[in-house]
Amino acid sequence: MKSNEIIVLDSGIANVGSVFNALQWLNVPVRVSQLEKEIMEAPGLIFPGVGSFDQGTAELKQKGLDIVVKKFAESNKPFLGICLGMQLLFQYSEEGGKSIYPEGLSLLPGGVRRFPTELPVPHVGWNTVHPLQGHPLFTKILPASFFYFTHSFYVAPARKENILATTEYGDNFASAVVSGNLMGVQFHPEKSGPSGLQLLRNFAEIVYGHRQVG
Amino acid sequence: MLAKRIIPCLDVKDGRVVKGVRFLELKEAGDPVELAVYYDREGADELVFLDITASSEGRHALIEVVRRTARNIFIPLTVGGGIDSVDFIRELLQAGADKVSLNTAALRSPELIDKAAEYFGSQCIVVAIDARRVSGGYTSSPSWEVYTHGGRNLAGIDAVRWAKEAYERGAGELLLTSMDTDGTREGYDLELLERVSSEVPIPVIASGGAGKPEHLLEAFTRGGAHAVLAASILHYHSFRLEEIKTYLKRQGVMVRTVSGYPR
Repeated sequence: MKSNEIIVLDSGIANVGSVFNALQWLNVPVRVSQLEKEIMEAPGLIFPGVGSFDQGTAELKQKGLDIVVKKFAESNKPFLGICLGMQLLFQYSEEGGKSIYPEGLSLLPGGVRRFPTELPVPHVGWNTVHPLQGHPLFTKILPASFFYFTHSFYVAPARKENILATTEYGDNFASAVVSGNLMGVQFHPEKSGPSGLQLLRNFAEIVYGHRQVG
Repeated sequence: MLAKRIIPCLDVKDGRVVKGVRFLELKEAGDPVELAVYYDREGADELVFLDITASSEGRHALIEVVRRTARNIFIPLTVGGGIDSVDFIRELLQAGADKVSLNTAALRSPELIDKAAEYFGSQCIVVAIDARRVSGGYTSSPSWEVYTHGGRNLAGIDAVRWAKEAYERGAGELLLTSMDTDGTREGYDLELLERVSSEVPIPVIASGGAGKPEHLLEAFTRGGAHAVLAASILHYHSFRLEEIKTYLKRQGVMVRTVSGYPR
């Protein structure tokens, strides 16, 4: 393999094809893999996911990928979690106030919560994303740009400084998070038209060092 | 706040777009991939492919079209028409579809909705309902009956009741077509839309009858629709997507406007 390829993690919990397609269309070197060696050698890792937190963690553990993802995240190289791939970075998923799956990757402090029952769930469609801080992931993306969402749970970071952007659905929730080399988005950039592809391009530029994080 | 969506619909047969789409600037008017790309770049919020083939050859062609389309558009794609099993749904999703739309098969065996929602999640299961107004009757409030097989056969169920059942079984969205207004270009059946959207908490996509931007506005404001399906209003270039969205925005409807792709 070419060592400049960004890896899209084939975790078995997402259709990784659409993220791969988007990066390929952008002419970004990309490969889908679940091999530890390839992942650890890559300059950047994208972790897409859909579905539920408990099934997601279970599948990841079964393949031993939880350890690989953690190792990569700790390597200080750029990491982007998408949807469930972002949620799994947190500590636990909670429902009804008590934590039931205290076994996220615990790379970021905080939990994952379900939207209140008054709201139509899943939250599906195009919603606006409002960055709270200047960050290269949102370069050339106007504030309040629309991104495509489809999810029933959202992350509640324990530390405010980890919230990169918010979106309103009933209340404001964290639609993008950051902590050093770790970045995560709740929406699907690969399905979010021009803004989404710009965000993926920005991630690639961070990976190849054209833009500094922080 | 969620944007109201405009969803162009392409009828596909044996891997080709049928129903004339009159775009002079396209090399090949019948290629669904090229049309899908065109609408994506124009600012469509999603796309629907409605397959009107029944043969297995047609199905293979459809899967191939979905695969090629998914490599070139970056908005959600829904595929409907003749979908009758969890296996076929899986095949379409793996090829790159984001949602599937169930119709006749769901009426024949409603548990297909439950199964599909359980396996793949409600967010990718759309139930399409073709409804026709019941004429006459002694009550003042109108009712609508569901039809199957592209509107040929009576299903024997009330449309509002079926909408509720589809939701309860796990449908994430409803695609509601009025057979009375379809093709007339005189506006959606707002009463039908209003009735269904007030009965279910999931998004209702209005279909059938759009002839001008005002009709789309009515579907959102009076009909309570979350999205509108648009075919001839776009295909015949009566209106461009940008024009329609500018109009809706001016009328106070939240719509997504787009810039160019970063390449």
